[in-house]
Amino acid sequence: MKYIVKKLITLIITLFVVSFLAFLAFQVISGDAATSMLGTNATPEQVAQLRAELGLDRPVLVQYGDWLGSFLQGDMGTSYTYNIPVRELIAQRLPVTALLTLMSFILILVVSFPLGLLAAEQEGRLLDRSLTISNQIIMSIPPIFVGILLSFVFGEVLRVFVPGNFVSYKEDLPAFLLYMLFPAISIALPRIAMTVKMLRSSVLNEMGKNYIYTAYSRGHSRSSALVSHALPNAMIPVVAFLAVSIAEMAAASIIVEQIFSVPGIGRLLLASISNRDVPVVQAIVVILAFWVVAVNFIADILYQYMDPRVRLS
Amino acid sequence: MFKKRMLTLFLLLTLVALALCACGDSTQPGNQDDSEDHSSGEIVYGGEIVVGIAQDLEDSLDPYQMVAAGTREVLFNLFEGLVKPNSAGDYVPAVASDYSISDDRLTYTFTLRDGVLFHNGETVTADDVLYSFETCASTTIDLSLQAALDGIQDISAEGNTVTITLTEPNNDFISYVAGVYIIPQDYADQATNPVGTGPFHFVSRSIQEELVMEKFEDYWGQAAYLDKVTFKIYEDANAKMSALGAGAIDITSHLTVDQADVLSSEYTVLEGTMNLVQALYLNNAVAPFDNVLVRQAMCYAVNVQEILDLTANGHGTKVGTSIYPAFTKYFDATLSDYYTYDPDKARDLLEEAGYGDGFSMTITVPSNYTPHVNTAEVLVEQLAAVGIDASISTIEWDTWLNDVYNGRNFESTVIGFDAATLTAGALLDRWVSTNGKNMINFNNADYDSLIAQAETTTDDDAQTELYKQAARILTEQAANVYIQDMADLVAIKNNLTGYQFYPLYVMDMSTVHYVQ
Repeated sequence: MKYIVKKLITLIITLFVVSFLAFLAFQVISGDAATSMLGTNATPEQVAQLRAELGLDRPVLVQYGDWLGSFLQGDMGTSYTYNIPVRELIAQRLPVTALLTLMSFILILVVSFPLGLLAAEQEGRLLDRSLTISNQIIMSIPPIFVGILLSFVFGEVLRVFVPGNFVSYKEDLPAFLLYMLFPAISIALPRIAMTVKMLRSSVLNEMGKNYIYTAYSRGHSRSSALVSHALPNAMIPVVAFLAVSIAEMAAASIIVEQIFSVPGIGRLLLASISNRDVPVVQAIVVILAFWVVAVNFIADILYQYMDPRVRLS
Repeated sequence: MFKKRMLTLFLLLTLVALALCACGDSTQPGNQDDSEDHSSGEIVYGGEIVVGIAQDLEDSLDPYQMVAAGTREVLFNLFEGLVKPNSAGDYVPAVASDYSISDDRLTYTFTLRDGVLFHNGETVTADDVLYSFETCASTTIDLSLQAALDGIQDISAEGNTVTITLTEPNNDFISYVAGVYIIPQDYADQATNPVGTGPFHFVSRSIQEELVMEKFEDYWGQAAYLDKVTFKIYEDANAKMSALGAGAIDITSHLTVDQADVLSSEYTVLEGTMNLVQALYLNNAVAPFDNVLVRQAMCYAVNVQEILDLTANGHGTKVGTSIYPAFTKYFDATLSDYYTYDPDKARDLLEEAGYGDGFSMTITVPSNYTPHVNTAEVLVEQLAAVGIDASISTIEWDTWLNDVYNGRNFESTVIGFDAATLTAGALLDRWVSTNGKNMINFNNADYDSLIAQAETTTDDDAQTELYKQAARILTEQAANVYIQDMADLVAIKNNLTGYQFYPLYVMDMSTVHYVQ
């Protein structure tokens, strides 16, 4: 209980610091919503007038306090750019990014566990060695390049899907899933390679320990000792890694969403930063920070569940 | 066992072969149809298209609140004023069926067209027109439009006639009338569900995704051919190119030459102009650009044709002043060749100005506009040839707006300026020394007085002459190193036709149609 309270306090402090830093960042970079909205047909007076209307001429702390006050009351404000409530904007986009992350995560689990175990089981043989080499290559390809490649091969050459022709999950779920498969693969691929490598070495590390020899002496075959004895212990560092990955995947999706024109939270974030649409950026930054902290929190709990040694009373 | 397998295999192969034959049979006549139909080109009514646009509509959809050129370009299909621009660059009656201007050029009388309907089915009344003018004057964020509307002394309606009286003559007034889109009185949802009188009506909008409009069946004029137009947003150039590669886009504009070159044969590429003046804009208040000899030397040092060749395979139109060619009334082609490429003369002028050893300068360019960045790169080489050591600093667009445009804190920059209305003032007013938009701090008393005279001159010919003289001063004084009006390449599917280029930044979908 005490542990949870401690974590919650950390969460609140993190969100507070992150949101303040994001707010501060907009004071440092030049340009604001007023100049951005008015463009090249503006006069200084006009910019000043709009700045006053938006309240951008007030001191930073007052603006931040104002924002924080409304935010705590559940009001995320209104987008400067679109003149639409931020809550509405985010509600449209959040499910898309969440589904993308979920799909990538499922892909990682489904592909990397069998491959990792297979590589460990076949240690040193041809299959293991070719997996290690291809892992090394795949790991070094960034999601952005995988995205461009997939988009070219499956979109333009094979025409399995139409790049840019995003279909909303509300309209047509199968079409949505087909479309999102490619961005999901782009995000998942490097992490699949990492997970396979990690699982393999972690399993092999366990396989060299004494308790495995005990298992052998009790009549276990290599593969059965691997699955029922080595794997549970080998999972512990892998789970920690996956937890970090799932947080990182949100970041990767920001880039991949651009390539595939997926209208998720990442594209909204980038556009809002360049439009200096502070209320939208603030809301997204808080959500992303919450996501990272929450995922780590869940990972901690899983960790304790899986490893009795760190279990707290 | 083996026989059975062979039999299955045989059957399968037969099936595949049959399927292939069937496909062949069905496609062949189809192909023939296509080729025949292209020659006949019969108009097809109906159908829907996807228009690819490169930027999100980062705006409210309220016609008086939108600012971005990209938003105006799309919403042109939804809204109309009493008059509207046509593709020839003239203002023609729209919601008004006719208008007249009194001899003293102070009174404008508009006769409303009978039976013009809003998209919500209501008839446009004189009250709606009055409401639109009042709302526009009080809420628009377009300052020049606001200034023009402030010049209205009185606006009144009687029956089907709306009369506007100005405090003083304004020859450009009719172009501003076109900017006052007619909207229904007391309708509050313009920002999210816009209602106008245009040939298309609004259906839906998803931010960063798309804006959908459908044909307005009760349009007063020539109805649109297409039933539905989806403007799909591709902010990422790669995404747009792969969508084009996959044939998911029917029409898209503002392609670069490189992009147009790789398009498949299912597209036709049309060439127009971007309707803007691209130049190396010089901060006339900063040394050494405060010296007219230096500015002229730079004009001689720059080889515009080479820029066109290197950045756009020769596409684009040279300009020599702040007027682009679509402004046929004011465009003076001789100014485009006022400074012929002459590096020796450039060096002499630099010597005369006291910069015989050259100088260093920075060209600040917004990184998101690749054509401007490319132009800057060629400029660096050309300037180096006469001893000017130029370096490029690429910055984000919003930083550019803040530091360069609003802050005027720069030496030189490559950018394009467009015109919001089809008036010379829209391009030339900004270089008046006291104008808030005078980013380059151009300060020339003759220029100021010519523009001031032009604004008050009632005679159209005399006014045109004054604007032309003002434009010539910009060239002679080498206010900037003028480069070009860039080529605007539009890709359109082969089975579509009717796309029209406007001298303004608009995309008119009402004339586009499929051909049989």
